[in-house]
Amino acid sequence: MTITGEDRFLETIAADDKVEPRDWMPDGYRKTLIRQIAQHAHSEIIGMQPEGNWITRAPTLMRKIILMAKVQDEAGHGLYLYSAAETLGVSRDELQHLLHTGKQKYSSIFNYPTLSWADIGAIGWLVDGAAIVNQIALQSTSYGPYARAMVRICKEESFHARQGYSILLALSRGSEAQRAMMQDAIDRWWWPSLMMFGPPDAESTHTEQSMKWKIKRVTNDELRQQFVDQTVPQGQHLGVTFPDPDLTYDEGTGHWMIGDIDWDEFWAVVKGDGRLSRERIAAKVHAWEEGAWVREAATAYAEKVSLRRTA
Amino acid sequence: MTITAIAAPLLKYLVRLADDNLVLGQRLSEYIASAPEIEEDLAVANIGLDHIGVAQHLFSYAAEVEGEGRTEDDFAFWRTEREFTNALLVEQPHEGFGELIARQFLFDAYQLELWEALSRSSDERLAGIAAKALKEARYHLRHTSSWVVRLGDGTDESHRRMQDAIGAMWRFTGELFEADDLDRQMADEGVGVDPTTLHQAWTATVDEILAEATLHRPDDPYQASGGRSGMHSEHLGHLLAEMQWMQRTYPGLQW
Ligand SMILES: [Fe+2]
Ligand SMILES: [Fe+2]
Repeated sequence: MTITGEDRFLETIAADDKVEPRDWMPDGYRKTLIRQIAQHAHSEIIGMQPEGNWITRAPTLMRKIILMAKVQDEAGHGLYLYSAAETLGVSRDELQHLLHTGKQKYSSIFNYPTLSWADIGAIGWLVDGAAIVNQIALQSTSYGPYARAMVRICKEESFHARQGYSILLALSRGSEAQRAMMQDAIDRWWWPSLMMFGPPDAESTHTEQSMKWKIKRVTNDELRQQFVDQTVPQGQHLGVTFPDPDLTYDEGTGHWMIGDIDWDEFWAVVKGDGRLSRERIAAKVHAWEEGAWVREAATAYAEKVSLRRTA
Repeated sequence: MTITAIAAPLLKYLVRLADDNLVLGQRLSEYIASAPEIEEDLAVANIGLDHIGVAQHLFSYAAEVEGEGRTEDDFAFWRTEREFTNALLVEQPHEGFGELIARQFLFDAYQLELWEALSRSSDERLAGIAAKALKEARYHLRHTSSWVVRLGDGTDESHRRMQDAIGAMWRFTGELFEADDLDRQMADEGVGVDPTTLHQAWTATVDEILAEATLHRPDDPYQASGGRSGMHSEHLGHLLAEMQWMQRTYPGLQW
């Protein structure tokens, strides 16, 4: 009996080892990973826009520096993730093209506008907070390069969530206007951040196969619950209320139970009808097209240099 | 809040140095998520962060020198256009990546010489800030020089664009090397440097890189001036309006 690539793949998965780029893998596994890693990379990059919107207006020099460093980290995360996707045989340019033409998605959360400085706090606390929960689980994903990218990224993410919470903490100790600004931000970002974990398990089309392949290790609903449980007490510490009248603590299970998520809104945003869906992509495409002459020049120069070397 | 007139020459000198860095850092921060490549978003943010960091150090030193309880943020957010003493070059907006690089390159080449000189300042605190900034300026200049060369000697289009971009920024370079009474006093005391003495080295650097980039040095005889005495272009007011908006809308709060 000969051992096939498939046998080896299944063994790797069963043993909780990592699949590496040169290993045989099923087509579906490769495609799922490309889709997921690309979507993750795009999210890091598109996510620079809503926060970038406040860098020029940050209220203090210190806050400006911290926010700029944070957004810069996100660009770095985009790079790690595009590199991880490239190990599966696609190029960064191809993936960016799929993003620009709407054929690949990014996290819907970034289609919401940042309307006040408090939104920057809410994003760090809730959006990066939710991303961390998701990414910690992905550190044990079965594809080696993706898992390793997650380990690097998670190291930086805790700083992101802390800077967000620190912005809110300052607001919570501030004036009435500052506390109102904070509450308004929580009212707008709470539900979208819960939607970041994706549709409920019962409706999630990709979950089952992804769990079998150990791409996904924890389900959407489990991750969402984990996030709610860690976040609600932090919100209480800030003195904010969550815009969910059904939010209650279940003594029996020790979990915070949330009300119904508006999945119609979620699907509308996923399908491209988010508040700023068109603007986000338009801005990205604009930057890409404006930069075409620069990329062409860099390529042309590199060719000239290598010609001069061989001449 | 009462903003007292800046009196002591050292204070004035530190604020002048800080203003260049803050305004340029603010300009660079506008560019986030607009670069031709992700790598360049990272690099521009990095350079911007360095400049704002230097401004922060200089302002907090200035606040100590003044000794009236002002903070770095008071200097950044509570002065008007006429009180800012940055050079005109750094407040110029950039139309695209070419102009951003041109402005940065011409300024990096100046700051390299400036920090080199100031790292030998008799004022230890200033010398320390300059020594750190010098290391950063070396990296900035290496980065922007490599772009000037690639864009100048890339395609016909990039050559034309880069030549135009250098041309657009050129008339703001002369001011960097003008000395006023404050510069001369600071230089005499061994604290500062006379900017006229930096011009030759700057010219050599710029000429060398422009030649490698197959670009020519613009021959525009007109050179604008006035930033050091608060006579700015119309651009600075808008930059400040955006940057100072939070502090001015919600005065006196902690963030
Ligand atoms: Fe990230
Ligand atoms: Fe993050």
